[in-house]
Amino acid sequence: MTEKLRQLRKQPNMAHSARTDCPELPDFFLLKRLARDQLIYLLEQLPGKKDLFIEADLMSPLDRIANVSTLKQHEVDKLYKVEYKPIVSTSDQLCFLIRPRIQTVKWICDVANADKAAGRFRRYKIIFTPQKFYACDAVLEEQGIIGDVTTDEWSFYLLPLDDDIISLELPEFFRDNFLAGDQRWVRTAGSALHLLHSLYGPFSKVYGIGRCSKMAYESWREQVEEGEQKARQAEIGKVFLIDRDVDFVTPLCSQVVYEGLVDDIFKIKCACVEFGPDVTSSDKSIKVMLNSQDRVFNEIRNEHFSNVFGFLSQKARNLQTSYDKRRGMDIKQMKTFVSEELKGLKQEHRLLSLHIGACESIMKKKTKQDFQELLKTEHSLLEGFEIRESISYIEEHINRQVSMIESLRLLCLLSITENGLLPKDYRSLKAQYLQSYGVDHLLTFANLRQLGLLVEQQPGETLTVMESKVGKLVNDRTAGKLSDAFSSLAKKSNFRALSRKLNLVPKSDEEYDLRVPRDMAYIFSGAYVPLSCKLIEQVLERDGWTGLEEVTRLLNGHEFAVTGSTGADSKAKNDAQRIILVMFLGGCTFSEISALRFLGRERGCKFIVVTTAITNSSRLIEALLDNIV
Amino acid sequence: MAFITANWNPLGEAFYRKTELYEMCWNLRDGLRDSLVAAAPYGGPIALLREPLRRSPSSRPQLEIYSASGVSIASFPWKSGPVVQLGWTVSDELLCIQEDGSVLIYDLFGSFKRHFSMGQEVMHSQVLEAKVFHSPYGTGVAIVTASSRFTLATNIDDLKLRRLPEVPGLQGKPTSWVVLSQDRQTKVLMSNGPELYILDNTSCTAVVPPGLGPQAGSIVHMAVSFSYKYLSLFTDTGHLWTGLSNLQDKLSEVDTKKTTPPKQMVWCRRPRSQQPSVVLMWDRLLMVVGVSQDTIQFPLEDPCVLIGELDGVRIISSANQELLQEVPLVCQDIFKIASMAPGALLLEAHREYQKSSQKADEYLREIKEQSMLGEAVRQCVEAAGHEYDSNTQKSLLRAASFGKCFLTDFSPDAFVSTCRELRVLNAVRERGVGLPLTHTQFKQLTLQVLIDRLVYRQFYPLAIEVCRYLKIPDYQGVSRVLKHWASCKVQQKDLSDEAIARAVCVKVGDSPGVSYSDIAAKAYECGRTELAIKLLDSEARSGEQVPLLLKMKKSQLALSKAVESGDTDLVYTVVTYLKNEMNRGDFFMTLRNQPVALSLYRQFCKLQEQETLKDLYNQDDDHQELANYYVTASYREKRLDSRLSLLQSAVDEYNKAKNEFSAKATEEEMRLLRIQRKLDEEKGAGLLGLSLQATIEALLALGLHKQAEQLYRDFRVPDKRFWWLKLKSLAEKEEWEELEKFSKSKKSPIGYLAFVEVCMKSNNKHEAKKYVSKVTPEQRVKAHLAVGDLEGAADAAIERKSDSELAAVLAKCPASDRQLVDRLNRAAATAAKK
Repeated sequence: MTEKLRQLRKQPNMAHSARTDCPELPDFFLLKRLARDQLIYLLEQLPGKKDLFIEADLMSPLDRIANVSTLKQHEVDKLYKVEYKPIVSTSDQLCFLIRPRIQTVKWICDVANADKAAGRFRRYKIIFTPQKFYACDAVLEEQGIIGDVTTDEWSFYLLPLDDDIISLELPEFFRDNFLAGDQRWVRTAGSALHLLHSLYGPFSKVYGIGRCSKMAYESWREQVEEGEQKARQAEIGKVFLIDRDVDFVTPLCSQVVYEGLVDDIFKIKCACVEFGPDVTSSDKSIKVMLNSQDRVFNEIRNEHFSNVFGFLSQKARNLQTSYDKRRGMDIKQMKTFVSEELKGLKQEHRLLSLHIGACESIMKKKTKQDFQELLKTEHSLLEGFEIRESISYIEEHINRQVSMIESLRLLCLLSITENGLLPKDYRSLKAQYLQSYGVDHLLTFANLRQLGLLVEQQPGETLTVMESKVGKLVNDRTAGKLSDAFSSLAKKSNFRALSRKLNLVPKSDEEYDLRVPRDMAYIFSGAYVPLSCKLIEQVLERDGWTGLEEVTRLLNGHEFAVTGSTGADSKAKNDAQRIILVMFLGGCTFSEISALRFLGRERGCKFIVVTTAITNSSRLIEALLDNIV
Repeated sequence: MAFITANWNPLGEAFYRKTELYEMCWNLRDGLRDSLVAAAPYGGPIALLREPLRRSPSSRPQLEIYSASGVSIASFPWKSGPVVQLGWTVSDELLCIQEDGSVLIYDLFGSFKRHFSMGQEVMHSQVLEAKVFHSPYGTGVAIVTASSRFTLATNIDDLKLRRLPEVPGLQGKPTSWVVLSQDRQTKVLMSNGPELYILDNTSCTAVVPPGLGPQAGSIVHMAVSFSYKYLSLFTDTGHLWTGLSNLQDKLSEVDTKKTTPPKQMVWCRRPRSQQPSVVLMWDRLLMVVGVSQDTIQFPLEDPCVLIGELDGVRIISSANQELLQEVPLVCQDIFKIASMAPGALLLEAHREYQKSSQKADEYLREIKEQSMLGEAVRQCVEAAGHEYDSNTQKSLLRAASFGKCFLTDFSPDAFVSTCRELRVLNAVRERGVGLPLTHTQFKQLTLQVLIDRLVYRQFYPLAIEVCRYLKIPDYQGVSRVLKHWASCKVQQKDLSDEAIARAVCVKVGDSPGVSYSDIAAKAYECGRTELAIKLLDSEARSGEQVPLLLKMKKSQLALSKAVESGDTDLVYTVVTYLKNEMNRGDFFMTLRNQPVALSLYRQFCKLQEQETLKDLYNQDDDHQELANYYVTASYREKRLDSRLSLLQSAVDEYNKAKNEFSAKATEEEMRLLRIQRKLDEEKGAGLLGLSLQATIEALLALGLHKQAEQLYRDFRVPDKRFWWLKLKSLAEKEEWEELEKFSKSKKSPIGYLAFVEVCMKSNNKHEAKKYVSKVTPEQRVKAHLAVGDLEGAADAAIERKSDSELAAVLAKCPASDRQLVDRLNRAAATAAKK
């Protein structure tokens, strides 16, 4: 069986030119263990039976750490989801496991106050994860129940989603930090990095770009200096920190690599996807874990979608051959077959049929004419050709109300690649959008403008004035850290110039064989090398930012490269130096992860992606909507 | 070296020696006569109050504090009431117990710290006697009052007064008493004439020491050992009874042949004592009484004071200070005359070796033959620790080092640490420092406490040297010393802020673990705000600066430091503080200069205080945000009129913000809302709140074409959009005739392919085909393909001679239709040739 699999992997069309000397990834199971042990400890701090209320978006992450039976073992009686409604629990002890959100804390206050009014006495405990904010205490105090509750922090910073993906599961990081200028999560990111550093460090080199990255780095350094350092063998050598707002183009593009596509269409949640009846070809939905444990998925996750179906059918044929083997077996052979191979084959069979189902469903949706046209428009935007056609395509898209999110996505992509829209286009497209989806989207547009995602082209002069203003502020040490609000005004995308400098868009006249990828552009059908990954590649290659001065200027600066304190250790040519941790602040897409995996195979290194959350174009845009309050 | 045993006095099996520690530096006019003297154990300081009971206000008694070597530390006239007893706490603070029961606490430098009272009852009757005692719980005080009642406080830092039960028949003060600390309980043992009582919390029990016959007389003096384990009783017939302090066992009874009670009686023991003894002092005689009935007697010239130590007794006179102790066994082994112990032989061997005598080898061989070399080295090292004279220490250590050379697997740890510790001990024993600690005491005291004591006595350079020499991690060592130094430095009133700040920064530098904010807090406590701010500037972690800055009311600075720290919780703390401290206007102005704080506060307001948010924008003249705020608010409003008025406010603000586009869009929205209301009222269409497009769509669906057209014109909806809408709506309702009419109303702005596709979506091939001919040539192939007309598509493609279109048709062709495939292939070939 394993022999068979190995053979399959050797198939020429699948296996990329993988180098055999790739280092082993560190084991992140430890992170789960630590989180689970701490949670159990916290639960035991409230002895006796208790009901546990869990914030909705913590359900899945919690499930990866401690399942229901573990919770029950520690005297959790009933589990509820936080629904912002009056509760029905009869328990005398209530425990709330929540994110530090004011809204949730207020709800808990309501629960407690309702109990008070009803003359009911209960014990309340709030466990904030990953940390508590001062504002939460302020609300508790304001609502007069700070004396009635005990609070704790569950420092569950990192959830390993796969061998090489770790998520902070903080989707709100993006909006809070980049839109609202609220920096409270920066320290969280710093703490997460600190945790990784203390378990898998010391890091020999840290690179980064973006204001938030820099602050997270500083916060981490501070924590390192405060704590004790233990000398240990490093398992992770290098770290790259990158802000999401350095590259908005990549997450705004339609994903065409299998894992990304599945995320776009079926929405992967905590490495788990729910395939509906159209995929399972039965009347019920099935939840499937999508990670490297799934051997079928593991082989197709990074593939361009056009290859996937062919691969799967080949696989199906191989499977059939394996099944067929049992013909002509004697009893003994049959016995071995049943005990050793059959289970694996059955498992593989099940997975294979699921992925084939998913493929069919995707094909139905995505190989239609409109999807091809959508991709074509995206590609011409990236290339900067036939802009007028693209604009009218977008216009039609809006007029026909194809999709509220998609239209915004295309508008943003247009604005970024074109460095802002002409005032005439800006107004007319905006007006049409408002007609289609309601005038409340005025607020959405205000948000997009603030982030620099969808802007009107400014006459050159105005911008320079603005920049010099910001420049003055930046000279001041304090202001340097906080002129976020201003810098967004000066945010220019400069995509075209960057694209030329870094050669992001390959020449379109060359054939691109998607089965044998040449570079990271394969994840976008050979049309575009993701900017974020290209930066990582370049910086690692140059061991710093030298030679990229022009690029960093275009990206609005805030780059850094720091050599770790353990200078001697870094010289040692050990495997750890080829394990690179990339931290995306504000989320990253599966396509980017695929691109980095490709880069790792090419360079004989391995990337570990740490992200505040897995994102994609619709999550990114949805985070910025403001039509419903 | 031969004289080492010169001061040894045999007592039973053991020897006692009296070593001089210091010639006292002080110059006491009247010696120790008529003075209250208190000296702390572990080589602690000495306090002296001359004529404590002299009550004439004209001449106040002088309170003097000296180091153990007699160096004056402080001296001041005693202005308070008459003092009954002086004593030292475990942390070297001076307790002065007054007649009226109040206890005054001074630090080592004679500055007053605080005071407490031993209870109301004492106010009426005086304190007759008091004792200060040490136990694992801290320093305690016990008093007996004129009304013959005992009061106890076990720990003066956590004051709980306990009044002990009455003693039957006691008038005035008892003959003698001691405080015992046993079984986690503090008790008083007292004698009154022939009776002996134990007083605990609840009861007063008469006891009889085992083996003390009635003929021995009544107990006039008693003493308890350093560890509270042993007790000695002195009777008026001169008998000395020794035994366990729990009165279970008797050690011995000795007749001292002295009938006057001693002035002082102190236990003299050491850990693993062979021959514990009691030291008794009379006016001119010092007597050491061992349990083995032996005694040693020393004549005394001056009045002395005895201080019991862990491993001996210190004897302080006005001229000098001596340590009386049992000679440790290991020293006995080595130095006893004609000793054949391995250590003694090794010392001898080394001595011969230094003389280059071959005898060295003989001695060595002798030790080696018994394979006792390791033991010999160990003995020398251990003995060195017990010796006070540095020359003796050296010769012992050299011998040990010499012996070590002949051993292969001997761990050097003990040797190294003893060398280091002795060096430190010798340094602190210097008379300038005056901490005469023995090695045993040092081990008990621990290094940390020793450093604390050095710091407390302000021997900062020495403390730092010690830390560095013993390689204590900076965190617990040098940094801690520097912190204390700096805290002390900022209190120097004669130096300018500038000078102090500079001095502190130069010395402290970046030492880890020294917090500038702590130092600054100290400066602020001393009323030096400016200095505090200067010091805070050197604090690297801005977060640490914030609390103090707030305390000093430097709120603006605090806010910017908080922002700099990157800790949003801290920022929020300051913001909350400012909110309560300042008036609104100033508060908003402050926030305005701090974007990070502002956005944090805004986030909070968005969820908690919507109204504040409005004020915030108003203050800033941020019309854009204000308008957005109104728009948001309008969606929370259920009633249409209020919604409209909010939107009107939004329009006004957008206009102020020169955002014409948004103003116009909002105005249109208001117009739309009004129209929707009208239509809802007239037709019951249920339109309110829909977008323009959705409204038109709904109207078309309801067949209200006229109203839809009206909206289309009023709101200048693009033709394309309207056509799309109408097309879809008609097709959905399958009004094909109406659709055809519509298609002919004028030239379609969206082309006719759309018609074809929409019809096909409704599965009406027949209708779809009607529009194929109208499609522009560029889209004709697509149109044909859409209706499934391959022939037509092929014709169109061939006509247009387009590669891609031919390929597209070809892809749709079933392989079975040979004829068509061939035709297309041929056409493709010709097209390619061109």
